[in-house]
Amino acid sequence: MLAVAPLGAAPGAVLTAMEGALQAAFRLPVRRLPALDEPARAFAPQRGQWSSVAFLEALLGRVPPGAVRLLGVTERDLCVPVLSFVYGQAQLGGKVAVVSLARLRPEFHGLKAAPDVLARRAGTEAVHELGHTFGLVHCLDRSCPMSLSIDLVDLDGKTATPCVACATLLDESREMQRTRARTEGDRP
Amino acid sequence: MRARWHILVVDDEEAMTESLAAWLREDGYSVDTAASGREAIEKARAREYAIYFVDLKMPGGLDGIETMMEIRKLQKEASVIIITAYATVDTAIAAMKEGAQEYVVKPCHPQEISLLVERIIRVKNLQRENAILRRKLTRQYRFHDLVSKSARMAEIFDLVREVASQRSTVLIQGESGTGKELVARAIHFSGDRGERPFVAVSCAALAETLLESELFGHERGSFTGAVAQKKGKFELADGGTLFLDEIGDISPKLQVDLLRVLQERRFFRVGGTSEIAVDVRVIAATHRDLATDVREGRFRDDLFYRLNVINIRIPPLRERIEDVPLLAQEFLDRLAHELGREVSGLSEEALRLLMDHDWPGNVRELENAVERALVTCKSGVLGAADLAFLKRSQPSAAGGHDLPSGLTLQELEKEYITATLARLQGNVKGAAESLGIDRSTLYEKIKRYEIPR
Repeated sequence: MLAVAPLGAAPGAVLTAMEGALQAAFRLPVRRLPALDEPARAFAPQRGQWSSVAFLEALLGRVPPGAVRLLGVTERDLCVPVLSFVYGQAQLGGKVAVVSLARLRPEFHGLKAAPDVLARRAGTEAVHELGHTFGLVHCLDRSCPMSLSIDLVDLDGKTATPCVACATLLDESREMQRTRARTEGDRP
Repeated sequence: MRARWHILVVDDEEAMTESLAAWLREDGYSVDTAASGREAIEKARAREYAIYFVDLKMPGGLDGIETMMEIRKLQKEASVIIITAYATVDTAIAAMKEGAQEYVVKPCHPQEISLLVERIIRVKNLQRENAILRRKLTRQYRFHDLVSKSARMAEIFDLVREVASQRSTVLIQGESGTGKELVARAIHFSGDRGERPFVAVSCAALAETLLESELFGHERGSFTGAVAQKKGKFELADGGTLFLDEIGDISPKLQVDLLRVLQERRFFRVGGTSEIAVDVRVIAATHRDLATDVREGRFRDDLFYRLNVINIRIPPLRERIEDVPLLAQEFLDRLAHELGREVSGLSEEALRLLMDHDWPGNVRELENAVERALVTCKSGVLGAADLAFLKRSQPSAAGGHDLPSGLTLQELEKEYITATLARLQGNVKGAAESLGIDRSTLYEKIKRYEIPR
């Protein structure tokens, strides 16, 4: 099972879209957790942004029993020390990832709000970050959610469905096989 | 396939190293981190990294530029990217003058890092593919120490393979610098004598009596200076091959002696009384037209026929011009390594210049030209300017030499030195370089010929 938790407030419709994308991409059930508190020390006043590493650290202790991964969702604009911003961050081959909705919103870039655009981008970015936690690295297929997005043009060119190569790598992952088998066994 | 490229991130701030390393790992690279310049150098000693991200300001010990310089001493091909804050951009630019490939100002746009790394890796991939292809090509066209793609040389390689294990005498003919000794070595080392000695003698280098002693050895006291018994080259080559270079230059007396050894496989040391039997394969070489020398009575016909059992005629380089790029690259790779120069290729203009040259000195001249160009080359690629001396040495008229007639060799030398000095406005250093002699030698000649400056 994959768990999704808003960190602070996050729109329900967007969370639902993200869960749908995750379920389709990883073929695992997804459960939404109650909202978690934002880690206060994540705020970097000199940059006016929030440290994605601090968010990951906060999420690490919150993976619920039965969940193989936990994805946090925040409205905060995330950054890492060396980069001016990130859409999200994951522990490569780890348990947790975080996605920021801030820069996925058209209104962040001075455009009209578009909930469907935000939901689609959030779904794709959720699959991208959780893909990293399953060991996937950036894909060269520009339409694959695992390809690198350094701007919204890249992000909007992607779908939420992993390409054949990334889907095969996921299918061949022992952890994924075990998780799927366990999920099948749990069903009545 | 990015994981085969290793990247090292060097920064004293853990948050900085870890965030950059995590970003690069998501891109599929294999990333290590180091918290100081010292640690980075230790890691660089243990493994070769394609890219080093080095923070400019690191407190205590080595700073970013010092770290970069140490790394580049260990790995000349390493790409170093300096990470800096706004306040130190000027220093980062200075770092680029010291050899850094790029610098990034933190915090930087994700696009900047990804594109930068991708660009560097793309070049490294191309360089690696190029090196692999070059190695494959060279293997394909290599035969022992000989490199050629010409059909005529391929026939020679086939003939060498065919005759390698026979004992028949071989006569190799070709202009100076065509690689006659290399062919002789290829015959020796591809045959069943390959494990036995290969002994080479240049017959042109020694006076008749010295050559006789050199070839056949001498007994103690056989002539003034023969203070001890000495084995000759025939004895030293027993069981193997004796290579007699410039055989066309030996005296009539030695021609007789040599003929006897070739017929009887026995000889006397100079001053000796007991015969010595040897099992030696003789390979002879000459740049002269021995058949003409025979016709004109300068070379014994019986010796010529004895030597000329298997004849190999090496074409001059101008008749296998397709080999020039292959040979030039081969010499460049070897000499750049030997001379410690970071030059990896030749520009198209340089290649065209090499292809257009007549190469009267053949492969040896090409090797010398590449070496001379490498010494003066200022960039990573040999350019036409580095080979400008070839234009100066080319004959002025096609197929002929525009030289004054009726001069002695010394007069001609004086004329040529005077003309060279005039062309270079009296610059002795430049003239010596152009003439291929030391400055002191040129000064001596200027004095001897009383050349006004």
